[in-house]
Amino acid sequence: MIEFSLWDILRNLLLATRWTIVLSLIAFVGGATVGLVLTFMRLSSSRILQRFTSLYVDLFQGTPLLMQLFLIFFGAAALGHPISAWLAASVALTLFTSAFLCDIWRGCLEAVAKGQWHAARVLGMNYFQTMRHVILPQALRLSVPPTVGFSVQVIKGTALASIIGFVELTKAGTMLNNATFEPFTIFTLVALLYFALCYPLSCYARHLEKKLYDAGLR
Amino acid sequence: MTLVCVKNVHKAFGDLEVLKGIDLEVGQGEVVAIIGRSGSGKSTLLRCLNQLEKHDRGAITIADKRLDGEAMSPKELSENVGMVFQSFNLFPHKTVGENVCLAPVVVRGESRASAEKVAREVLAKVGLSDKYDSYPAQLSGGQQQRVAIARALAMRPKVLLCDEVTSALDPELVGEVLRVLEALAAEGMTLILVTHEMGFARDVADRVVFMHQGRIHEAGPPADLFGNPQTAELKQFISAVL
Repeated sequence: MIEFSLWDILRNLLLATRWTIVLSLIAFVGGATVGLVLTFMRLSSSRILQRFTSLYVDLFQGTPLLMQLFLIFFGAAALGHPISAWLAASVALTLFTSAFLCDIWRGCLEAVAKGQWHAARVLGMNYFQTMRHVILPQALRLSVPPTVGFSVQVIKGTALASIIGFVELTKAGTMLNNATFEPFTIFTLVALLYFALCYPLSCYARHLEKKLYDAGLR
Repeated sequence: MTLVCVKNVHKAFGDLEVLKGIDLEVGQGEVVAIIGRSGSGKSTLLRCLNQLEKHDRGAITIADKRLDGEAMSPKELSENVGMVFQSFNLFPHKTVGENVCLAPVVVRGESRASAEKVAREVLAKVGLSDKYDSYPAQLSGGQQQRVAIARALAMRPKVLLCDEVTSALDPELVGEVLRVLEALAAEGMTLILVTHEMGFARDVADRVVFMHQGRIHEAGPPADLFGNPQTAELKQFISAVL
């Protein structure tokens, strides 16, 4: 049996952390893109688009991320198009993230006071001018803290991709444990690495929230 | 010369009939105060005048142009009718100057320089030249409402609608806003105000309109209306508010 020093373990975990970060970024960028489209579909005047988006959001918020991963990974294989763990994890996390971001952003847009729409309208602005100059700038400020806060959930969510065989931080920990039988050391390190990724984001979200609060009181 | 003409305007929210046939003519330069109990339809009437609410029946014309239906675009409407709200509704993320310049630049396509020039003029008119670069949250309620008036004036509307513009203000701040409106009236601006300030209605308005249960119940010069109310409803209303 090969001997693993603590440094060997940490080095391997750090290398695997790369993939956790990459997967998080894919999920976040993909989720934000799809989420943005969904947000505007939800706010459109078309009943069908509204229904579709609220069903979409309810579906992805109302089922465990793990089931979504399984369905995409095994479902694709069952339909005769097996896909890689990479692709399955990226797609599942993107869809999951988009559903939550859509809901967060819709809330932020609706949180802008109705009077702002009225004021813009009596000044002669149309829907797009109002969105561009009045509503979006305010909603954007509101949305930054919860969006950054949610990115922490995305990072932790990537851990589930380990179950379909995607080698990221958690999977690397499991594999190292199988080789070394030092679960306490290894999973402590894994947890610390997740914490090192998430904690700064949480702090940043809190800082942004405070800034927003102060700005409101200015 | 008649500027605003309202003919047989009806409006219902579901089963609730809020306006039951309103006829009203407002002349160029006239100041009309609309008074009445809450729920009498006075705010709804005002909101129909700039189509924040679409009326169900009847016709509204401003300077002989119909504004109902799709007859007037929001842009055209805004050049005819300005509005000031009870809750100011300033854009909190923009400075006072930007609040005033936004619509002239975005809607009318004016150059930034000319919009800024107009902004400084209208802000001077409401006595807030020194607040050009302040944010709304840095101003008192009275100052915010004066900015809202300036913002409406920057679009050079033919008539200015004021919806209980002093109701959200602390009592000591009401005067500064009313003085601005009084000055506008003296300059010949056409004003239609929904107001609870009976003193202001009596002193500044050319005509007072008393609304009751979705109809114009009584209308006339303030001296007649307050001095010699004809109907029991108006007598009761006046004794309740004075």
